[in-house]
Amino acid sequence: MLAESIVIIGVNHKTAPVAVREKLAFSGDCAGPLLTLMGIEGCRECCFLSTCNRVEVIFVASDPAAAAVAVRGFLFAKSGLADSEAQQYSYLYQGKDAVAHLYNVAASLDSMVVGEPQILGQLKQAYREAVEQKTTGAILNRLLHKSFSVAKRVRTETNIGGSAVSISYAAVQLAKKIFGNLQDKAVLLVGAGEMAELAAEHLVKQGIGRVIVANRTVERAAKLAREFNGTAVGLAELTTQLAEVDILISSTGATDLILRKDEVKPLMRQRKNRPLFLIDIAVPRDLDPELNDLDNVYLYDIDDLKNVVDVNKAEREKEAMRAEGIVAAEVVKFGQWLEGMELAPTITAIRQKANAIREAEVAKTLGMLKSLSENERRSVEMLANAIVNKLLHDPMVFLKNTAPHDNPQLKLDFVRQLFGLDKESSEQ
Amino acid sequence: MTLFFQLTLYLYLLATAVYVAHFLSQKKQVRAVARAILFAGGILHTVYFVARYLAAGHTPLTSNHEAVSFFAWSMTWAFLSFWWRYRVKNFGVFVSPLISLLMLIAAFSSQEMAPLPPALRSNWLPVHASIAIMANGFMAMAFCGGVMYLLLEREIKKKKFGIFYSRLPSLEALDNLNQHCLALGFLLLTLGIITGSAWAKQAWGAYWQWDPKETWSLITWLIYAAILHQRLTMGWRRRRAAIMAIVGFGAVLFTLWGVTYLLGGVHSYVG
Repeated sequence: MLAESIVIIGVNHKTAPVAVREKLAFSGDCAGPLLTLMGIEGCRECCFLSTCNRVEVIFVASDPAAAAVAVRGFLFAKSGLADSEAQQYSYLYQGKDAVAHLYNVAASLDSMVVGEPQILGQLKQAYREAVEQKTTGAILNRLLHKSFSVAKRVRTETNIGGSAVSISYAAVQLAKKIFGNLQDKAVLLVGAGEMAELAAEHLVKQGIGRVIVANRTVERAAKLAREFNGTAVGLAELTTQLAEVDILISSTGATDLILRKDEVKPLMRQRKNRPLFLIDIAVPRDLDPELNDLDNVYLYDIDDLKNVVDVNKAEREKEAMRAEGIVAAEVVKFGQWLEGMELAPTITAIRQKANAIREAEVAKTLGMLKSLSENERRSVEMLANAIVNKLLHDPMVFLKNTAPHDNPQLKLDFVRQLFGLDKESSEQ
Repeated sequence: MTLFFQLTLYLYLLATAVYVAHFLSQKKQVRAVARAILFAGGILHTVYFVARYLAAGHTPLTSNHEAVSFFAWSMTWAFLSFWWRYRVKNFGVFVSPLISLLMLIAAFSSQEMAPLPPALRSNWLPVHASIAIMANGFMAMAFCGGVMYLLLEREIKKKKFGIFYSRLPSLEALDNLNQHCLALGFLLLTLGIITGSAWAKQAWGAYWQWDPKETWSLITWLIYAAILHQRLTMGWRRRRAAIMAIVGFGAVLFTLWGVTYLLGGVHSYVG
């Protein structure tokens, strides 16, 4: 079955703790991973998605079981875990389940903070890179485009993105629980990534007093600081600044810890024990987990922030149910399209369409030519029949003959589009 | 007259139950009911106090029953006055049980009206006793704030959000509450000791005679002075301040009861 050749293997915040995920972190663009993945035997199409909370490979393979082992091996290459352990920390979806999973991811139903909007952009970016590397084909092209439109439907038809929309929002809620009023508080952003930017945006909206940006490259820091009317400093000033600020958001790409317990302990005295809220949204982690043991220091990493969101989970569960309904309906539709993507149903569909046209036209013509004899009538029918059959002959031969380098799905997709068999696809 | 006391006690207990119901349900109407009941209790309590004053012929702050009852009265009115100017989310569910507990202790101590010993017949009696007990009231509120702080802080620190996370105000607000109550309580405590000293001079001829009650008042005062001093200079804020508010309240309770029942002394006939 064609459907069974679609597989998703991945690791996310639900299946693996930060400690495992940070070992898998891929940085830079997807070109390298994509080419490696296409090198796996039997892998016909693939797309690679890597965010702070998930690493996923979406692929189409002729021998899914064998390819799955190879893909998992690729994902966990740097972790040093055996395949049996890797299976524990990862998930594998196939066929309809894979389609449903991708729709859930795109619609942000599978996110750590359900409804957060970043994931769709990240998925689109991953798809763009896959298209640039030419690693997607008829099936993934349609599947990913569909997933974007499903996400849009979920966004507009449900209120899933209504309340807590992102991790940074969750962090802001927590900051308010610790500090009450944020107006006389200062935040220090370490690392000028996308996530840090989003977090700062939320804090500014909530009226935070001051924003300070520290980055390895000062230009980047200065640019971000200007955006928030803040000040930019070099990374070397981290501890000096830490004596003054109230919230620290760390999201550097550093492979090592940038702040340890021993460095902060003396600072707390200097700070007269004003509380310090540390948010670590980096993978791998930037901040020493033991920092949380210090009095009046609260350290939250990306997994911890999930808890804040779970508090008002119940309110959103209803919306999530409606969203799941949309996803389920769309999965069925995609399943129908996939079924059509086989050779036999395509041939049947073309025949049916041609016959329908022939019958309708013959009936129309004969209706006008009432004077014709029985023989003449039969001749007209035979004429129409012959034209249809002759016209369809070459396309049918083209479809059935498979040359060694042909991509059958691409061919089917092409022919189906040519004959307008999927009305829905022509809308896009 | 005992009827007033009984009714007040029942109203406080009822208010506590309704505050707990509000804490669990978080419905605004329930809180309004709880506050109304507590307010009614406070008024009835005042009536009881005045009635007892008229019956005794002197300020009724000379027995354990009277002192503890007044302690509860001052907490009730301090709490209700907070609602007017300085609101703290879900403070009532922590304060009202303490008020009820004090009233239960008052209910179980002797309610007899003993004649006032000659040494205590002075205008200093209402001034000194009421100020000292009101100081206790504010220290008790600081104690409640400290408990709330530690409960919420624990959930944030352990990252397990339970019943308190969504219901308690921010840590900052609780810390401010703590400071607020401690500062007011400390002022009253200081005044209480000064007026007591003046009264001692009048009654016994010496400002200070190291009677256990006096000694323990001084110890309590020193503890609170240290808390406030450290808070301003060394940064004993937040968690440590919350713990110290609880420890300080322990000293308050010991001065109130421990001294009377364990150590004796000239003050021992007083609450």
